[in-house]
Amino acid sequence: MIPEIGHFALILALCLALILASVPAWGAWRGNSVAMSLAPGLAVGLLVFVGISFACLATAFLQDDFSVKLVASHSNTLLPPMYKFSAVWGNHEGSLVLWALILSMWTAAVALFSSQLPLLVLSRVLSVMGAIAVGFLSFSLVTSNPFARLLPGAPADGSDLNPLLQDPGLIIHPPLLYMGYVGFSVAFAFAIAALLGGRLDASWARWSRPWTNTAWAFLTLGIMLGSWWAYYELGWGGWWFWDPVENASFMPWLAGTALVHSLAATEKRGLFKSWTVLLAIFAFSLSLLGTFLVRSGVLTSVHAFAVDPERGMFILVFLALVVGGSLTLYALRAPAVSSRVTFDWVSRESLLLCNNVVFLVAALTVLFGTMFPLIVDALGMGKVSVGPPYFNAVFVPLMALLVPVMGLGPVSRWKRDAAGRWRSELMVPTLVALFCGVTLPLLQAPYNIWVALAVLLSAWLLLGLVKDFWQRLRSASSLPGGLRRLTPGYLGMVIAHLGFAACIIGIVATSQYSVEHDLKMDPGDARELAGYEFRFIEVVQVRGPNFVADEARFEVTRDGRAVASMTPQKRRYLASGSVMTEAAIDAGLFRDLYVAMGEPVGEEGAWAMRLHYKPMVRWMWLGAILMAAGAFTAAADKRYRRQRMPAAAGNKVALHGA
Amino acid sequence: MGPRLKLFLPLFLFALLALVLFRGLFLDPSEMPSALIDRPLPAFNLPALGGGQQLSRDDVTGQVALLNVWATWCVSCRVEHPYLRELADAGIPIYGLNYKDSDVAARDWLDELGDPYRLNIADREGTLGLDLGVYGAPETYLLDARGVVRYRHVGVVNEEIWREVLQPLYLELEQGAITQ
Repeated sequence: MIPEIGHFALILALCLALILASVPAWGAWRGNSVAMSLAPGLAVGLLVFVGISFACLATAFLQDDFSVKLVASHSNTLLPPMYKFSAVWGNHEGSLVLWALILSMWTAAVALFSSQLPLLVLSRVLSVMGAIAVGFLSFSLVTSNPFARLLPGAPADGSDLNPLLQDPGLIIHPPLLYMGYVGFSVAFAFAIAALLGGRLDASWARWSRPWTNTAWAFLTLGIMLGSWWAYYELGWGGWWFWDPVENASFMPWLAGTALVHSLAATEKRGLFKSWTVLLAIFAFSLSLLGTFLVRSGVLTSVHAFAVDPERGMFILVFLALVVGGSLTLYALRAPAVSSRVTFDWVSRESLLLCNNVVFLVAALTVLFGTMFPLIVDALGMGKVSVGPPYFNAVFVPLMALLVPVMGLGPVSRWKRDAAGRWRSELMVPTLVALFCGVTLPLLQAPYNIWVALAVLLSAWLLLGLVKDFWQRLRSASSLPGGLRRLTPGYLGMVIAHLGFAACIIGIVATSQYSVEHDLKMDPGDARELAGYEFRFIEVVQVRGPNFVADEARFEVTRDGRAVASMTPQKRRYLASGSVMTEAAIDAGLFRDLYVAMGEPVGEEGAWAMRLHYKPMVRWMWLGAILMAAGAFTAAADKRYRRQRMPAAAGNKVALHGA
Repeated sequence: MGPRLKLFLPLFLFALLALVLFRGLFLDPSEMPSALIDRPLPAFNLPALGGGQQLSRDDVTGQVALLNVWATWCVSCRVEHPYLRELADAGIPIYGLNYKDSDVAARDWLDELGDPYRLNIADREGTLGLDLGVYGAPETYLLDARGVVRYRHVGVVNEEIWREVLQPLYLELEQGAITQ
């Protein structure tokens, strides 16, 4: 009964979405304020019904209702309840329901927290989001019904969740990622509403900035968690593979990063208007494209969902409608004349332009690298694969170009700045950064030029921020007063840029200084790695809720002092029979120790073991967390919630405009 | 180009992309170009991994066997490897095609994880891979006793794939080879 309620709620949600997509939009077109004012209520109703549907699906999983096909094929009675719940989105059908749920959450959030928006704009925005919901809900209902039953003949037990997905990191990774993907739909909806209204002024940029920042922050966290999960779960210490599915989440992030910065220029200076709208369309289109690539089976990947051409066709048509439609609208409505606002080459505007170019080029190269095998195949020229060497070759120089500009950004001024001022402002930071870049890598022999470059760039970034921060505080009469004067927007920028610097350091240090040993170890053997002694004590059998495992016991010491006990495992999951490696990690701010079990060698209890020493690998993820924290801080800026003019007057003006 | 016309550029680019995606829907990335199924394994002359002898087509034919395309840079190969060893222990002949890889890394890998392969072809430039239509690693080809490609599996070979797909074909081909 519960699955049927869920199914019915999903159908009702689709009906509400259809009304939301049409009636308020019609109202905005005809100037009918009754039709427009329906939008917020419909948005909340949409959330309620998708929520009911999701709750029903989750109940089916938690109650082991194996008469539901989805539950039977992705859950098991032995599965811990936590994973039964996350199994809801550990598959194609369920993850679509999660998509729809998160989309309706964003829609309802826009409806509830936008009292300062003119009704005309709000109704258009909500209508656009309703239209996206129509697409996803019908996709779910038509091609991938999550509530399909297996009656008669329900199995007594389910075939278990993929063991790779049985992990705390993967419980929250997809929801965070979807929060980011779907969150860009808000920026997209604002951009479309602005195009429809024909008023691309600073106000739409101000309205969409907090939403875009929030979405970007979630996406950053989602990508970070994915990388972290790969690191400890896949068992060989890698953290980024340039896999098509990773790229699918990385492309919207790159476009979103460009958008976040471009929005700043549009809001503050009324610049790059058409460009910003285009970026908003790009960011969301790339999210949709990612969905298409993952679910249509056009590319092979370790993450691939079940392949189904019918589903692929559905998303492609949806993609064509959304992206094609919005780009057509853009071509017809975007202001073709460049704005009369001007700026000098030496100004913050041109720095932001550099940022935009770098991130867009990065997004397009990732897109190209991901699509290249498909393009070659489609042209009938055979099959090729594009691997990490291509992406690294493109990415390293791009980021090296970006950081010098990034260091200048915070100290620069809008409109017109003086190169002489930059010189005098940044003379000390430059010298100190050069000093750090040259000397710090000396601590670790042999001298590594990549690390030197990374230290130089990060120090430059950090010192530029510190200098600017210090100057702002100094110009105030007192320290608390100075701190209070700093806006959340500014603080957010500082935090996020610091996070980026930490990320660079982490990535370069761990790529250049990691040590790994693959070796055969007998119980009782000890090996030294980067000053740590790993002593392999024994292998014991352990039993988990739904698996049995061989667990190796390691004692790690440094200079005779105990550092850690590590217990990597080799698990065999009972329901599926699959074997998984659980690495043991001793995490630290400056280094991770990592032990993974290979295979037993010979009869005497020897094992192939993989020992890693990974310096500063945490900095990468901490950096990502800082970036997200910065974006959240900036989004919390009160100035986005201040009303610029009385809402009623705004409506009137806007209505006349329409 | 007029200023308005320029704004159509993104739309135009998207249309191109959509065409490629549309075409992509009807291509199966895990499907072999049909030309090679039931055709002999392409001739090759490549060194064995670890140096020494040159290998040719004759070295890997003569019995029903699996030809596994792998590389140390390949994420899924590591997942697949333990199962290949189980198969090898069960007596299934497996030949390796070490694809676009470095010899040193490949030998370290085999030393560390064990070596399920009878022989390993070192295809550093990916020439044989190109002839075979390798899309990416891992891939596994089922060869009959005369060296004809009978089946291609893209992705990880695990117990399920072996039991349900490869083993039936393997047994069938072996039967055929005996009765011939």
